[in-house]
Amino acid sequence: MLELVLISTLNGVLYGLLLFLMASGLTLIFSMMGVLNFAHASFYMLGAFVGYQISKWAGFWPGLILAPLIVGAAGMLVERFGLRNVHKNGHVAELLFTFGLAFVMEELVQIVWGKAPVDYRVPALLDFPAFTLFTTNYPAYKLFMLAISLAIFVGLFAMLTRTRIGLIVQAALTHPNMVAHLGHNVPLIFMSVFGVGAGLAAIAGVIAGPALVTQSTMAALLGPILFVVVVVGGLGSLSGALVASLLIGLLQTFAISSNASMADLFAFSGFSPQPNTIMNDLWRVSVAQIAPILPYLLLVLMLMFRPTGLMGNRES
Amino acid sequence: MSDAPALEIRNLKKSFGPAEIIRGVNLAVPKGERHAVIGPNGAGKSTLFNLISGLLVPTSGDVLLNGEKISGRPAYEINRRGLSRSFQVTNIFPRMSVFENVRCGVLWSAKQKYAFWRGVEAAPGVNERTEKVLEEIGLVERRNVLAGVLTYAEQRALEIGVTIAGGADVILLDEPTAGMSRHETDVAVGLIRRISEGRTLMIVEHDMGVVFGLADRISVLVYGEIIATGPPAEIRASAKVKEAYLGEEAHA
Amino acid sequence: MSDIPLPKSSVTRVSQRGAEKGLPWWLLPWLASAVVLLALPFIFRSDTYLTVMSLMGIAIVFALSYNMMLGQTGMLSFGHAVYYGLGAYFVVHTMNWAIATRAPIPLPLMPLVGGFAGLAFAIIFGWLSTKRSGTTFSMISLGLAELVGSSSLILRTFFGGEEGVTTNRTKLLRLTDWTFGSQFQMYYLIAGWCLISAIAMYALTRTPFGRMCNAVRENPERAQFVGYNPQVVRYIAFCLSGFFAGVAGALAGINFELANANLFGASQSGTVLLATFIGGIGTFVGPVLGAVLVSYLQVMLSDITEVWQLYFGLMFIAVVMFAPGGLAGLVLMHVPLLRAGVLGRVVPSYLLALIPTAMLLVGVVMLIEMTVQLAVKQSEGPVMKLFGVAFNANLPGPWLVMLMLLAGAFVLFRLISPRMGTAWDNARSAAAERGMVV
Ligand SMILES: Nc1ncnc2c1ncn2[C@@H]1O[C@H](COP(=O)(O)OP(=O)(O)OP(=O)(O)O)[C@@H](O)[C@H]1O
Ligand SMILES: [Mg+2]
Repeated sequence: MLELVLISTLNGVLYGLLLFLMASGLTLIFSMMGVLNFAHASFYMLGAFVGYQISKWAGFWPGLILAPLIVGAAGMLVERFGLRNVHKNGHVAELLFTFGLAFVMEELVQIVWGKAPVDYRVPALLDFPAFTLFTTNYPAYKLFMLAISLAIFVGLFAMLTRTRIGLIVQAALTHPNMVAHLGHNVPLIFMSVFGVGAGLAAIAGVIAGPALVTQSTMAALLGPILFVVVVVGGLGSLSGALVASLLIGLLQTFAISSNASMADLFAFSGFSPQPNTIMNDLWRVSVAQIAPILPYLLLVLMLMFRPTGLMGNRES
Repeated sequence: MSDAPALEIRNLKKSFGPAEIIRGVNLAVPKGERHAVIGPNGAGKSTLFNLISGLLVPTSGDVLLNGEKISGRPAYEINRRGLSRSFQVTNIFPRMSVFENVRCGVLWSAKQKYAFWRGVEAAPGVNERTEKVLEEIGLVERRNVLAGVLTYAEQRALEIGVTIAGGADVILLDEPTAGMSRHETDVAVGLIRRISEGRTLMIVEHDMGVVFGLADRISVLVYGEIIATGPPAEIRASAKVKEAYLGEEAHA
Repeated sequence: MSDIPLPKSSVTRVSQRGAEKGLPWWLLPWLASAVVLLALPFIFRSDTYLTVMSLMGIAIVFALSYNMMLGQTGMLSFGHAVYYGLGAYFVVHTMNWAIATRAPIPLPLMPLVGGFAGLAFAIIFGWLSTKRSGTTFSMISLGLAELVGSSSLILRTFFGGEEGVTTNRTKLLRLTDWTFGSQFQMYYLIAGWCLISAIAMYALTRTPFGRMCNAVRENPERAQFVGYNPQVVRYIAFCLSGFFAGVAGALAGINFELANANLFGASQSGTVLLATFIGGIGTFVGPVLGAVLVSYLQVMLSDITEVWQLYFGLMFIAVVMFAPGGLAGLVLMHVPLLRAGVLGRVVPSYLLALIPTAMLLVGVVMLIEMTVQLAVKQSEGPVMKLFGVAFNANLPGPWLVMLMLLAGAFVLFRLISPRMGTAWDNARSAAAERGMVV
């Protein structure tokens, strides 16, 4: 039991930090540019695939450095030649543009790398169990992921609180209309923010790729959860995004490792619903099976009781 | 009930974060009065209107409409109780025609509510009322033009039209003539005079000619406090007001 | 023809009401649509056409319902297929129940079941999601869609797992000798409901509520100061839109005699958004155009190319970037010119623009298809056929041609666009002089 709790906590925090790598970029882009980047998870996917491709040519480590840079650059190009042109048509047009982009990126990835998962390997250097907890071997690669995510998290935090750029970003978070009045080169700031956001997502992709499945559906699977994180955390709140990321990470990880169902819980009652009824479906479903729904249930609960999210104060 | 002032404000306060913008305003506007609020830029005039009309929730204090407390209620409810306002920055429905803009102002008061089961053209009295308001604000010829492409003065007129369309008893106008030429201002003042006939009017205005020509009483708001309230002659004579406000104007 | 129950009677009923209220002018387009709908199967007789036209009818209802939110009320949903899919499931289950119990419900009434299912779920989910507006609303719609999508994996009894739930539409109570077994008869069922729904949704835009939808889209803050609660307006719009999405879904369920998880998947929600926007969200007919075009392309393109979805995505992005009013918007732009009789002034420059446009299209298609040939269809070798020309995609020649086409298109556009701009401005001001542009 303790073993399960410890391992699940580690995995949950890891998953949560990965979510935060993406959610932070999404929040930054949203807060500063007012754009909800539907294609954010697509940059994560692109990061994984570019990382995979580079790892095939030159090994994992060059991929870890280059893929985020390449994807970040791609993000900047998207902002410069796409988003910026639709900006004048309003936020809905921008959102639709990123929606179309997500659609196209998935198709492109399928054309280039196919629909089946690619064989993105954990680097040999890290392919060993780091420690053994009771009976479980904890892979070194996961520790590495944890370390990278934490390092970036700390770096981001330091940048936001210690540097001039960070202060500008923070000001923009609380007063979105202020960016324009800062007298800085707004188009350049926008392009950089978008590029950095895409790059952060790509880092998540590169390090998650070998551990999870690198496939063209990974963006569509993760995208909606990212939105849940951002809404639950509260729109425009970085700390909210962090809390929500960890919450959802832990929630899902713990749920997946539990096979309990109502039927188990109430086995003593001797109650058993008719087979082939909805009641029976609900009675026998295990917690692990509902794990994919949990983030969305959390979203619903949040909307019912705290529509502005955990730490948000913005309306839309 | 019936002798309660149309609008009463009791010790109203509003802070944004640490900054207290409205600092204990008390004011009673009797029914049928034309009441002007003047004061330097940033004094809190628009904020006061926002508090009365329900756009903002006061930090403390009460607003009473015909003796009933309205502060803290949502804006649409306050509007339904007969208080309507215009905005300093034109706030209309840009991609709808002038006619539709005005008609949106009419619908609720014509008891149409959220009706989706009957046609809007057939709603009794709605189109007639809309026509009348269009005539009032002089935009009959421009009825089919999108509101967003009107000239500035026309948009200001439409802003007033949408505000008065519902036939509210208490009308708040926030700088209705700002940015208008002399002639346009004269036309607007005539319009305001007509529409406020038999109603209670509260108006924020920087143009002193307009204020002194129109108002029955004037309140001077400086740094979130009303430093004087009284008939135009009294305000004009007040040394305190001159120092705090009119003096500034004279310097400028 | 007199035994076709729905379309005719519905038209006359509505028209009489319209006439009473003194609005005979909006009768004409509907009568014309009814005639066209009635006549189409006699012009396009083959089964393929009947199938495609049936799909178009369903897509039209769905797209119009979507536009009640997006175009009319300004709510961008990424999960509209939820109500469509649930409409299909409920109708299929109800049909199976009616068959089993011999309940006297004729098939033509069944779409109502889907409608009420859509409405019921819209009442629940709408209550949650319309608490927020704008971007948050969009995100929530996506989350709720995922919730329903994942639930389908758990509630297998209802959703029927991977295979879904099947039914048989010919086994229901018959009022006439029509069994609706053939696609021909099915087409008329769909066409009838399509027309009724379209009329109803159009009528909705002309009610006090419909006007306030527009007002809320334009300026929710101001709507509050004329007495309306924007949240309530959005909620009602959401519910009514859910109803018609449910009708569309029910028609799909009846048409395929099947309800499965694809019907409420993300791609279904995406398709309706694509179709509606490509057609144009600013007008009532825009979504109709989009639904017809997208349904047609879905069938035709998927025959020609494996990556038809990519073309869809690119088309969508092109519309978002260059024609945010959609197809209908493009047409509408020219109406004043037509009325002023100066449309001819822009035609030459448009004809000129056809050249680089064609070059661009051919170039892009070559780029995509050659990549596909080398990446996806490796097993088939590098020899491919495009536009009737066979060539080897591994040789530099075709790539050179492609690059030249793209570069040429770019240069030509550069050369032509000032000319087009001038022609457009001239025509515009000429139309303005004649009082056709306001
Ligand atoms: N939402 C807000 N958050 C923070 N500060 C605000 C807000 N609204 C207004 N203020 C501040 O309150 C003060 C009063 O603003 P207000 O718009 O009420 O002034 P005003 O008297 O209408 O001025 P003007 O004559 O320029 O229209 C200003 O300093 C303004 O910056
Ligand atoms: Mg002001």
